[in-house]
Amino acid sequence: MSAQLHFWLNNEEIRCNEPPGLLVLDYLRKKQRLVGTKEGCKEGDCGACTVLVGELQGDDVVYRPVTSCLMPVGELHGKHLVTIEGLNLPYLNPVQKAIVEEGATQCGFCTPGIVVSLTGYLMQTDQPITADGVKRWLSGHLCRCTGYRSLKDAYLHLKKIVGEHTGVEELVKHGWLPAYFLEMPERLRRIPPPVSRDGRSEERLIIAGGTDIYVQRGEMLPEASVHILNRYPRMKGIRRAGRFLRIGALTTFEELGNHPEVQKLVPRIQEYMFLVASLQIRNRATIGGNIINASPIADGVILLLALDAEVVMQKGRQQRVIPLRKLYRGYKQLDKQPGEILTEVRLPLSVGKCQIHFEKVSKRRTLDIASVNSAIRLRCDAAGIIREAALAVGGVAPIPLYLEKTSRFLVGRPCTPETVEGAIEQAMEEISPISDIRGSADYKRLLTRQLIIAHFTELFPEKMQVRDYYAIP
Amino acid sequence: MPFHDPELHTRGESRYVDDLPQPEGMLHAAVFFSPVAHGRIRQLDVSAALEMEGVVAVLTAKDIPGENQIGPLIPDQELLASEEVFYIGQPVALVVATHAEQARKAARRISLQVDHLPVITDPREAYEKGEIIGTPRVFQLGDVEAAWEQCDLVLEGHCEIGGQEHVYLETQRARAVPAEGKAIRIYSSTQSPYAVQRHAARVLGYPNHLIEVDVLRLGGGFGGKEDQATAWACLVALATWHTGKPVELVLSREEDMIMTGKRHPYQSDFKIGVTRDGRILAFEVRHYQNAGAAADLSPAILERTLFHSTNSYFIPNVRLFAVSCRTHLPPFTAFRGFGGPQGMFVMESAIARVAEALNMPREEIQRKNLLKENDLFPYGQRATDCRARRTWDTAMEVYRFSEWKQRVEQFNQSHFHKKKGLAVMPICFGISFTATFLNQASALVHVYTDGSVSISTGGVEMGQGLRANIATIAARALGIRLERIKMESTNTTRIANMSPSAASATTVLNGNATLLAIQQILSRLKPLVARELNVPDPESITIQDEKIFYRGSETGWTWEKLVQTAYFKRVSLSAHGFFATPGIYFDKQKEKGRPFAYHVYGTAILEVTLDALRGTYTIDAVKIVHDLGRPLNRRVDLGQVEGGLAQGLGWMTVEELVFDENGRNLSGALATYKLPDVYFMPDDLEVTFLENADEPTGPFGNKAVGEPPFMYGIGVFFAIRQAMQAFRPREDYAFRAPLTPERVLMELHREEIARLRSRVLATSSAGK
Repeated sequence: MSAQLHFWLNNEEIRCNEPPGLLVLDYLRKKQRLVGTKEGCKEGDCGACTVLVGELQGDDVVYRPVTSCLMPVGELHGKHLVTIEGLNLPYLNPVQKAIVEEGATQCGFCTPGIVVSLTGYLMQTDQPITADGVKRWLSGHLCRCTGYRSLKDAYLHLKKIVGEHTGVEELVKHGWLPAYFLEMPERLRRIPPPVSRDGRSEERLIIAGGTDIYVQRGEMLPEASVHILNRYPRMKGIRRAGRFLRIGALTTFEELGNHPEVQKLVPRIQEYMFLVASLQIRNRATIGGNIINASPIADGVILLLALDAEVVMQKGRQQRVIPLRKLYRGYKQLDKQPGEILTEVRLPLSVGKCQIHFEKVSKRRTLDIASVNSAIRLRCDAAGIIREAALAVGGVAPIPLYLEKTSRFLVGRPCTPETVEGAIEQAMEEISPISDIRGSADYKRLLTRQLIIAHFTELFPEKMQVRDYYAIP
Repeated sequence: MPFHDPELHTRGESRYVDDLPQPEGMLHAAVFFSPVAHGRIRQLDVSAALEMEGVVAVLTAKDIPGENQIGPLIPDQELLASEEVFYIGQPVALVVATHAEQARKAARRISLQVDHLPVITDPREAYEKGEIIGTPRVFQLGDVEAAWEQCDLVLEGHCEIGGQEHVYLETQRARAVPAEGKAIRIYSSTQSPYAVQRHAARVLGYPNHLIEVDVLRLGGGFGGKEDQATAWACLVALATWHTGKPVELVLSREEDMIMTGKRHPYQSDFKIGVTRDGRILAFEVRHYQNAGAAADLSPAILERTLFHSTNSYFIPNVRLFAVSCRTHLPPFTAFRGFGGPQGMFVMESAIARVAEALNMPREEIQRKNLLKENDLFPYGQRATDCRARRTWDTAMEVYRFSEWKQRVEQFNQSHFHKKKGLAVMPICFGISFTATFLNQASALVHVYTDGSVSISTGGVEMGQGLRANIATIAARALGIRLERIKMESTNTTRIANMSPSAASATTVLNGNATLLAIQQILSRLKPLVARELNVPDPESITIQDEKIFYRGSETGWTWEKLVQTAYFKRVSLSAHGFFATPGIYFDKQKEKGRPFAYHVYGTAILEVTLDALRGTYTIDAVKIVHDLGRPLNRRVDLGQVEGGLAQGLGWMTVEELVFDENGRNLSGALATYKLPDVYFMPDDLEVTFLENADEPTGPFGNKAVGEPPFMYGIGVFFAIRQAMQAFRPREDYAFRAPLTPERVLMELHREEIARLRSRVLATSSAGK
């Protein structure tokens, strides 16, 4: 049998027939014995297993950090997988030097992953080195030893040593990245596209970004028959068409947040994305996966519900379009036929006329699952009367909840604290939170109230303030 | 310097247990653990597991050739449960297979039938039912009963303190390899190689010398591998004993979080009496420690709680009661601070209660009661070279506290739902193992003929920078370049009977042992040089920058020449140094003594901003003045202070350990247990080391640094509380840690919750 998988691992060309569902992390540590990549949690929370995945984009290879514990080997076809071993030079690179000089490594277990991420940061072209940038690229890494100050201060060294000379070519030129990186575009171009196996997808487990399924069922996937959507990335990309912004189901959260058309519709989208997972996870998690996974607390779904999104479901050549809010029928139950695949999400461009806001409260502000999240879309007329309203709240029902009655209640009413109090009352009737590790039912009820107030006070500071809701002198 | 840890770490070249090349035919193990918190084993059926592909053996209690016992202080903990299970996660069987996945899969096929027995998770309930470990301990000073009368104000309160998961990034793991004869070599991720050796020998019925334990480094320990690394090492040793093959066991994160112990939750009651102007006259506390299902190190941890129950304050009349309560949770264990933080939290809570009742700033009460030179601790030791006030005053001055406070007050006046809180947190932490006999250490120093040096000590490198510290100490003492020094793995054949790497004392003990070994070598080399140079006074020979000096002038000899000459003159270039901390003792009958070589002091100021609408908060700034003695290795010391702080902040805020009433850990994964990330920690973080503060007994004047900074984190609880008070003043905010965003919001909005609840009830009854 000819090799199913063909990719580059560091400076080595790989042709193999590993089970496509095998985790990249297990492949690296167990099959290749490249043990610089560490296993810290196997659920994408700690970042110790971070690797770079390079993909051809035009003439260049673009590298993104991902957690190898949530990525199937089957997806590596045609790509460049970079581990710490593939970054090492006979001497320390600027990131390694910065970490050593700052004393930013103690037990060392999280360190290789961090070096990979920060080197990946330097490999981005046209991205000046900033303190915020360093933090952003550290965001998916847990370090239990240092307290992060020394890691953050690596910025100072990088700024001083590397300065403007970011990007693969510049780094190679200065001897900060192995020279073989320059050959990668040509090497990847030479890899033929994957042979499409003719399996019927309904019998197989469908994997998009895999960031949840690998956490839930990671151990069984190497042996399962899996259909890895990202092997044939047709359902990717964002474009305007007619009255809609059409978002391919395989679009990642990171791509969504960085897209100018999305930013036009949802001006604060990047701020919201900051609250969603970590950079490594946002680079993997897809919009389609977020929807189909049907978690009642899915950040992406809550936002899309308020944006009146529609979803395109496809089976063979048959296609149907339904409103996202009609997709959910019960806990993890969907209006979806066997074999149907979600291919696209459509956002009406008209939402651009509305004011939109997203709120999320979790135990830890970043890289945490929400206790309650909520999104709202509102349009007020010149007289201050609400003309359009859509409110969604997550974590308070078996499904990501669109608050139909509350939304309807708001329409036609003036944008005042009294209206908001009324809406809160409506919302209390629509939600049915339960107590779990994310918080007690009382807490989630209270948070729903607080976040509705937060929506309005954030969107209409001239009309109302938080103090209007408290009888405190 | 290819062999120094930081460089290796950044290159991914430092090796942890399972990174080492795999010996031929190595097998992998997985643990089957009890799914119930308490029950009598009726039947354990492993037959289905044995039939699985790749399975080589399934081992249970009856397969243990020696003694089925691994309790470190009290023999109350079986390696594999035989008749009764006491917590969810207790190992019951070990599956050995060709691959780890196969072993895990087979472990899931094991069935355990038990007769359920009552489950206790609450320490007070355990206490009431007589389920205690050891005997309750009481420390007393002065006369509390008489003192209440003299107080203007007596207040009582209650604290509930959560546990804490270690989250060492490297989970527990061990590998056993058969050696010649019956001997077994164990590679273990343990802070206590000797405990592993001793217990593995006990389990196999071996003398200690047939077990060799080697520890290269740990991917973090923080106390979690002081005692609780032992079980996994014993299990692989048992598997190797049975199969004759190398066997490795690596716990997954989830297995680790379910099976291993954590920081102890406590419940404590306090009573505090003060004068009108805030002087504390009397303090009484009752600590109920949740010890979990076995003693583990709980009694020793309980003792340290008592030692630190008055933090850095002098209180003339004190009664401290503490009891270790047995529950059906995993045996709680050592964690940075070792019981000290819980004691200090209660003290600080009592002070907050006083401040709120007297309407005085909390820091005023704190300052008024700080320890002074020669003040007495409740355990009879005097505060000597006391730096409580010095660190406090320095912090106030360096960080301009009064201006800072004004800024905070102004902010609060001009904001409605965003409020800032400011707290000062002084610490005082005793250095030494409180079990006096543990305060001993050995070092083995070899000088090779090329002038390179190899050092073994009983200390384990776990990220605390022990190797860097010992190498620095050795290079300085020998007068040679750091590059000459290689730190070896920690191995029971090179160093015998070593104490665990714990109690912040690893550098102090092993550094001093290294110095003693080096002094022996120098005491042989110096007379040799004197003889060769024909000069009268060997004591006037010094080595600096690898050059040999006599009475301060160069002799033309180099380190290399000296070493080679010594070799050919048949002078020993190796030495074993042994150090025992002098002058410490403790009498448990009287509960008095001098348990600590010295105390570490410090003061932190912490600022938070609370979003009272959402219940969330950010830590804006932490500024610390820390008493380090003389810095040995600034980067390492700073890393210890900042890292300890981060863990302390996490413990008080977002790290919430949750067990349900059936003893199930609901926070047993990193998706449900949150620790500080890069955005959680404040950008504004400053550490000032106290100057001219040498500690005469420390190596080169250095003080221990590992644990004390953890307790600066306690301040964040009181900063958030202060911000809550600024939004809605209330006297009865709970002293319940961690202060998660959920608890903050629920405390702040009690009225709103009641309203929402009544509305829900109204609608649901209307619907009926």
